[in-house]
Amino acid sequence: MITIFGIPLQAFLGQLLLGLVNGSFYAILSLGLAVIFGLLNVINFAHGALYMFGAFLAWMGLAYFDLNYWVMLALAPIIVGLFGILIEKFLLKHLYKLDHLYGLLLTFGITLLMEGLFRSFYGVSGQPYSTPEALRGATNLGFMVLPNYRAWVVVASVVVCFATWFVIERTRLGALLRAGTENPRLVEAFGVNVPLMITLTYAFGVALAGFAGVLAAPILQISPLMGSNLIIVVFAVVVIGGMGSILGSIVTGLGLGLIEGLTKVFWPEASSTVVFIIMAIVLLLRPAGLFGKEK
Amino acid sequence: MNRQALGYILFVVFLAAIPVLGIYPIFAMKIMCYALFACAFNLLLGYTGLLSFGHAAFLGGAAYASGHAIKAWGFSPELGILYGVAIAGVMGVVMGALAIRRSGIYFAMITMALSQMVYFFFLQAKFTGGEDGLQGVPRGTLFGLIDLKNDLNLYYVVMAIFIVGYLIIWRTVHSPFGQVLKAIRENEPRAISLGYDVERFKLLAFVLSALLAGLAGSAKMLIFVSATLSDATWQMSGLVILMTLIGGMGTLVGPVIGAFIVVLLENKVGDFGAAIAKHTGVEWFQRLGESVTIVIGLIFVICVLAFRRGLVGELNAWLEKRKGISTQA
Repeated sequence: MITIFGIPLQAFLGQLLLGLVNGSFYAILSLGLAVIFGLLNVINFAHGALYMFGAFLAWMGLAYFDLNYWVMLALAPIIVGLFGILIEKFLLKHLYKLDHLYGLLLTFGITLLMEGLFRSFYGVSGQPYSTPEALRGATNLGFMVLPNYRAWVVVASVVVCFATWFVIERTRLGALLRAGTENPRLVEAFGVNVPLMITLTYAFGVALAGFAGVLAAPILQISPLMGSNLIIVVFAVVVIGGMGSILGSIVTGLGLGLIEGLTKVFWPEASSTVVFIIMAIVLLLRPAGLFGKEK
Repeated sequence: MNRQALGYILFVVFLAAIPVLGIYPIFAMKIMCYALFACAFNLLLGYTGLLSFGHAAFLGGAAYASGHAIKAWGFSPELGILYGVAIAGVMGVVMGALAIRRSGIYFAMITMALSQMVYFFFLQAKFTGGEDGLQGVPRGTLFGLIDLKNDLNLYYVVMAIFIVGYLIIWRTVHSPFGQVLKAIRENEPRAISLGYDVERFKLLAFVLSALLAGLAGSAKMLIFVSATLSDATWQMSGLVILMTLIGGMGTLVGPVIGAFIVVLLENKVGDFGAAIAKHTGVEWFQRLGESVTIVIGLIFVICVLAFRRGLVGELNAWLEKRKGISTQA
């Protein structure tokens, strides 16, 4: 058997893939946070709860309406996005003139509210969700056995991330968005409906979280608390990468997932803290983050 | 000013009379611990303008440290508390030095991430007992004189700790140092241009806040003779923000009132839910007690949207307004 540093190659690559899967979630979520922060100046704490909402929607779709994974993969982000519109229209909107911290506190409250509601209906133990038929099983690549679903998660996330990057960096719509981030009043003076743009941006950002939630449903236990434990790691990812660059968020997310996977192989005890340690090191060496600009 | 002093004296008399009034001392002690914790937190948020989302690390860290020192090393309670506070201070130096490298929203995220790291450390470390926490810490005798196993003795010790902590904060806020902190809160670039080493002041405030939060944590450990993981969770960090927000950030008394409301809420929301269920016939309210989180989340949202000055802040604003009208007349 081939071994790397005394660890069987199969186990090693398996952990790396798992790291990449986690990294995909980090990438999608930190991307959504960055897009929202860019235009709204709000750190959306509820991102984790909305990711959990997405996962629950997948489960509910199957349990109550017999809608399969693929339908929910399209439907859940839309529902989460609509829910996001409600949050933005009725709650967040009133805080834009205030200190940015209030946005964080409000979304923190929304998180507690959502988690509490789901907990009162579904308890704390997770709901199981089976992998869709087409993606069950594994492919033997010769040097490793690749579980199909995990490969799908990584591919789907990377595609969605790059599509987002393309829209923001290469289209007219994205150009308006970037201009709005830079100077919303000037963009408004050019006749663009900025409040609508803000609402839709928030909806899009949280829809990404919902999408990640559906992707996560078959691999992770769907539980009310699944989001908030993840979101704190994503915060660290955002601090490491800096929120200035879309590509930066994607690369940082995937990279940190990989590093976490590697740590799980070589030093399992540190795997839950390694991202935070890297954050501390980055803060010492490059306080603005790897891709960030000092404001 | 005199009226304020009278208010404080009456409050201390009330605190001292609590065991006589038949209020359950453990409950009163819990409120005092959380009140001190919230006051310490408010020193940072209300007077320096720094939102720390990781203050649970100091509460939990000090509780574990003093609990371990007393249980495993046989420290006396006073040394145990001192050790816990010192550990919280060291944690404050490290976390503060890292977090003040960024400001605003990033500061909040960094403190939260670092405190989550501390949480994982406590979850995995051998001495903390993992998920079970540190149980059955002996209370011992304070200075070899006062037997703390007696709840009444402990009550007056905790009361003294609370008052001393509050006085330290009061003194800090009303000192030149406190004025500089307020200047940083109001206008940081201006404070820098006036020649203040803003980073040093921020770090000092952070460490002071961590020390006092640690004091609250050590006292809490003595009351419940245990240190548990829940003290170090992000939910706890959120709770202390809520206490400060409800009471009124940037006011001295606010966090005390906020702590009282939140503790009361945690203990009584179940009864309240049962009452609503009885009156409205909606079965679901029965479960309100199990999910205090919903109520806390709701209050959070309401406070942020409509009630940002908090109870004391609103009251002060109302009094100001009334004074304005009466002087005009």
